[in-house]
Amino acid sequence: MVQPQHAPQAAQCKKPLVTMRSVSKSFSSGTLALTDMSLSVEPGEFVSLLGPSGCGKSTALRIIAGLGGTSSGVIDWPSSIINARGLPEGDISFVFQEPTLMPWQTVFGNVYLPLRLRGMPRAAAAPLIREALQTVGLADVEGAYPRELSGGMKMRVSIARALVTKPKLLLMDEPFAALDEITRQKLNDDVLTLWASRGIAVIFVTHSVFEAAYLSTRVVVMKARPGRVHADFPLDPVEDKTASYRTSETYRLACEKVSRSLIEAIGGEDH
Amino acid sequence: MASTNPATAQAWRNDLILRICVPILVLAVLIGIWALGVWASEVPQYILPGPWAVAKALVNDWHTLFPALLVTAKITIVSLLLALVGGVAIAVFLVQSRWIELAFYPIAVILQVTPIVAISPLILIYAPTTQVALLICAFLVAFFPILSNMVTGLKSVDHNLLNLFELYGASPLQTLWYLKIPAAQPYFMTGLRIGGGLALIAAVVAEFAAGSAGAGSGLAFRLLEAQFRMNIPRLFAALLMLSVLGVLIFAATSFVSWLVLHRWHESSLKREN
Repeated sequence: MVQPQHAPQAAQCKKPLVTMRSVSKSFSSGTLALTDMSLSVEPGEFVSLLGPSGCGKSTALRIIAGLGGTSSGVIDWPSSIINARGLPEGDISFVFQEPTLMPWQTVFGNVYLPLRLRGMPRAAAAPLIREALQTVGLADVEGAYPRELSGGMKMRVSIARALVTKPKLLLMDEPFAALDEITRQKLNDDVLTLWASRGIAVIFVTHSVFEAAYLSTRVVVMKARPGRVHADFPLDPVEDKTASYRTSETYRLACEKVSRSLIEAIGGEDH
Repeated sequence: MASTNPATAQAWRNDLILRICVPILVLAVLIGIWALGVWASEVPQYILPGPWAVAKALVNDWHTLFPALLVTAKITIVSLLLALVGGVAIAVFLVQSRWIELAFYPIAVILQVTPIVAISPLILIYAPTTQVALLICAFLVAFFPILSNMVTGLKSVDHNLLNLFELYGASPLQTLWYLKIPAAQPYFMTGLRIGGGLALIAAVVAEFAAGSAGAGSGLAFRLLEAQFRMNIPRLFAALLMLSVLGVLIFAATSFVSWLVLHRWHESSLKREN
């Protein structure tokens, strides 16, 4: 693979937040989880990674977060400050499939964690924590313990924790897969609002065609065994994604487009 | 959560009364059967004294037994505290790397599986005083459950949380302090409760083995002494005091466990349904 030159700086209006160039990843068991994946995400994008299970979408997300490292290829975060461990400092947040809260901490304590790890005193962090909780609609439960919350509320705490550092890039790994349909739709709308109001970029791993079509400005469809990119295409921009969008023709067409690509990706394998 | 509405507070209070009354009632019935049995069978007091004789011995020998109780209690509690510090510190050390654990864990196991009575003669030779020897014995026994539970606890941390800490650039010390140690709390508490009981057992067994006499001797020695003198009521009185000490230690460790865990851990929660 030839490294791209740094010449076309002038042509770029925005520096990408993350670039992957022919990244491969194999596990110690010998499984090739990801092969020759290239992806570049710019500020303001909402990218869905969609594909069957085992297509390496979660692995890709972890690599983008700087977790686990690559077997070959280059991963870079051009607009971030890189710390001593070669990882982007503070610009990336991760929301896992599970809420991944510390049960021994209150909601406040859980959201405080990223700031606490940076050494920010509790008093200085409090306004930021309250703002993040307000954003996800949980201003009144900061003293509650995770076990007292519903699944949807736990997920909101997890999102508040991701937002409290004011990241430029939010990575979400099938965050709402375990929730019921109604809660999921509500949280999808909330994530869209966040994305639009904060001007952050989101990379959203999902196995739902409808979710990908609803949320994204761009969809990356992946294939399994070994995991690789099958298609990477933008969706028509939609100004106002309200409830009526779910029943609109534009949404139906987007679903169809994503669905067709996914069927191709799955059809290419032996089953 | 509880006691917010009067109905649940009432139910909670009834439950508490029930939890206290039922065991006391059962205990009273058992003591009654004992008294009745001793009275009916006319068994001599030097074989089986009745509860009244035991109570009398407890009052009359209080000046001998109580200082002995304090000695045993002190050995038990100090050894338990040492075991807590040592167990946690060594557990933290062991989980630092697979190599360290491979190298040192078997040694801890060997120390544990060797019966304490068998090592106590050696410890008595090497230790500067009998008290120190007793302390070492009780420590060795109480230490292992705390160590092994703590090792399990430190290694059972949710992998996603570990990833999260890594993502946010947590240092190993931060990960230990904010994640691994809190996550290990329930395991630590299990170790504490087991270790508390074992520390008392070990203190008594070690004292039997040491057979130390004199002013500074503990309750276990008083117990043996009472047996040699066929003063069975006093033996029972000493036994009773040991039981009460055991119950107190159990209650204290359970309370500490409840205090730390009741806000968040499943083991301290009532099922809502």
